[in-house]
Amino acid sequence: MKILLMGNPNVGKSVVFSRLTGVQVTSSNYAGTTVGYTQGKVKLGKLVAELVDVPGTYSLQPSCQAEEVARQMFQEESPDLVVSVMDATNLERNLFLTLQLLESGCPLVLVMNMWDCAQSKGVHLDLSNLSQALGVPVVALTAVSGEGLKELVEVMEESLKQKDHYQPKISNMSDEKRWAYIGQLVSRVQRIEHRHPTLLQRLERASVHPIYGFIIALLVIYLTLQVVVGMGEFLISNIFDPLYYQYYGPFITQVVNSVAPNGVINEILIGNGYEYATSFGLLTTGVYVEFAVVLPYILSFYLVLGVLEDLGYLPRLAVIIDSLMHKVGLHGFSIIPIILGLGCNFPAVLSTRILEGRRERFIATALIAISVPCMAQTAVIIGLLGPYGLNYIAVVYGTLLVIFITMGMLLNRLMPGESPEIFVEIPPYRIPHLRTLLQKTWTRVKGFMIEAVPFVFLGLLAINVLYLVGIMDYLTILLSPILSQLLGLPSDAIGALIMGFLRKDLATAMLAPLQLTAQQLTVASTFLAVSFPCIATFAVLFKELGVKDLVKVVGIMMGVALLAGTILNLIWSVI
Amino acid sequence: MTTLDQLENGESGIINEINGGLGFTKRLESLNIRKGKSILKISAAPFHGPVVLEVDGCQIALGRGMASKVVVEPV
Repeated sequence: MKILLMGNPNVGKSVVFSRLTGVQVTSSNYAGTTVGYTQGKVKLGKLVAELVDVPGTYSLQPSCQAEEVARQMFQEESPDLVVSVMDATNLERNLFLTLQLLESGCPLVLVMNMWDCAQSKGVHLDLSNLSQALGVPVVALTAVSGEGLKELVEVMEESLKQKDHYQPKISNMSDEKRWAYIGQLVSRVQRIEHRHPTLLQRLERASVHPIYGFIIALLVIYLTLQVVVGMGEFLISNIFDPLYYQYYGPFITQVVNSVAPNGVINEILIGNGYEYATSFGLLTTGVYVEFAVVLPYILSFYLVLGVLEDLGYLPRLAVIIDSLMHKVGLHGFSIIPIILGLGCNFPAVLSTRILEGRRERFIATALIAISVPCMAQTAVIIGLLGPYGLNYIAVVYGTLLVIFITMGMLLNRLMPGESPEIFVEIPPYRIPHLRTLLQKTWTRVKGFMIEAVPFVFLGLLAINVLYLVGIMDYLTILLSPILSQLLGLPSDAIGALIMGFLRKDLATAMLAPLQLTAQQLTVASTFLAVSFPCIATFAVLFKELGVKDLVKVVGIMMGVALLAGTILNLIWSVI
Repeated sequence: MTTLDQLENGESGIINEINGGLGFTKRLESLNIRKGKSILKISAAPFHGPVVLEVDGCQIALGRGMASKVVVEPV
């Protein structure tokens, strides 16, 4: 049996889904967090059914790809039951989709989510009257706390059992008639008490104010940087470094030495010892880079991002930054995929599905893949260049920003068409729910580890093998003219650049033992950041863009990487 | 009669008409921006940025060009 969870964007479908199935999916306080669908099993008494978390949509006439997914699922999956999730504070608008769903004649359960918000906002709803009018059960729910969940499960079970006896009460109507019907219904079942604006509501207005909005945006960006980097550094020096050097390193060395005291296997597994962060053993440097350099930053980034998401700040940043984004052929809401890209390019590319057209999706995807470095890479860059001072880090990120802007402006000029205008709902500010926040952070960190760790090990293994069989020497001779002439890098940097195909963080870390100057490090880091995407991003680019556009993106990427690296190298040699 | 982009920040109005194609009107309509609804203009971002309006306590941002197609009767 199949149950679809449907509703407007940002009504909390994904929270309801997690609650019902125990499957963790990412939810945030803005429209378009779910762009594909997730399935899970839900137990309803003795019944077990398949529950699908469908992307949010305002109507069954889609306006972007995520909404198209919703329409398709509803019309092609022939669900046994639809659970229509509504925001109880926004009855009128939410009813439009619910009525469209009801008109199709499919059995339905109506969920009034965010019931607590409705109460505190002074929205009073007569649910039994509503249920009678629509001919389907209505359940009040506060999904974040779980209040009303038990009743929802019972009602869903009952509806499934009775589904063959379901008599639709609502028949097909035109859009105009539907709105008129909704108007009458709402005036019968809803009463709104006037409340004075709360502090949060005042803040909501200030955040999109022509002047205060900019000040708040700058403050938020500054604080975000401070907290992410500060927390990352704190975690490394107080927790992860000591754990690695005092416990893990000695332990793993002993284990490996007792199993394979010397020879190739020993060399591959622990390199020349855990004491050197640059020994490139699978179980020494591989583990160190991923867990003690990258993981702390990933953790702090996703925690801070989660707070901003759940608070509902990001759509407001989208409004503030909208006119700037139009210069690069996008509109303000594209800032959300880009910010996600600062964490990891893989989910960022997926999230471009919330953008309207193919043109925006191509530009956003290309800009993310080319000029937005992921947090894993950032962590290593900070680790490498930090000792030389903030200036050098600023050079790398400044170059990336220049590339972002130039590339965006060029693509905007060269690609036919123009960027559509922003049209997006701005959610109310909500105080983040701690448990949901921690769970989301954990889901993302876990996702990162599952995706990253195998490639790191595979990459180190591959590099070791390439060196052992001598292919690396051949490549070094072949490519060293490019490296030294254009980029001013020694020929042994080739290993790092090749690793860039698999994992950017590890590749950047491989620059460490080469004794490069700070200037050379900026060139190599920038080159790595821009050039070929890591293998995971490559796969998702292929999936989302298709071969033709993928080839275009990769071509641009390699060209820009060489150009930027060369220019940066030239500038350094002149100074 | 004026248009949404011309309305002062903090001013309320009732939507009188939406000029535009069917797709555009329907898209606005699905977010409850339609003829007869009363709205409050919250802000307009500088440099020709988007307009933020409130309908039934729900805030929506839309581009300046779109806002110029929404005809409003100030109240």
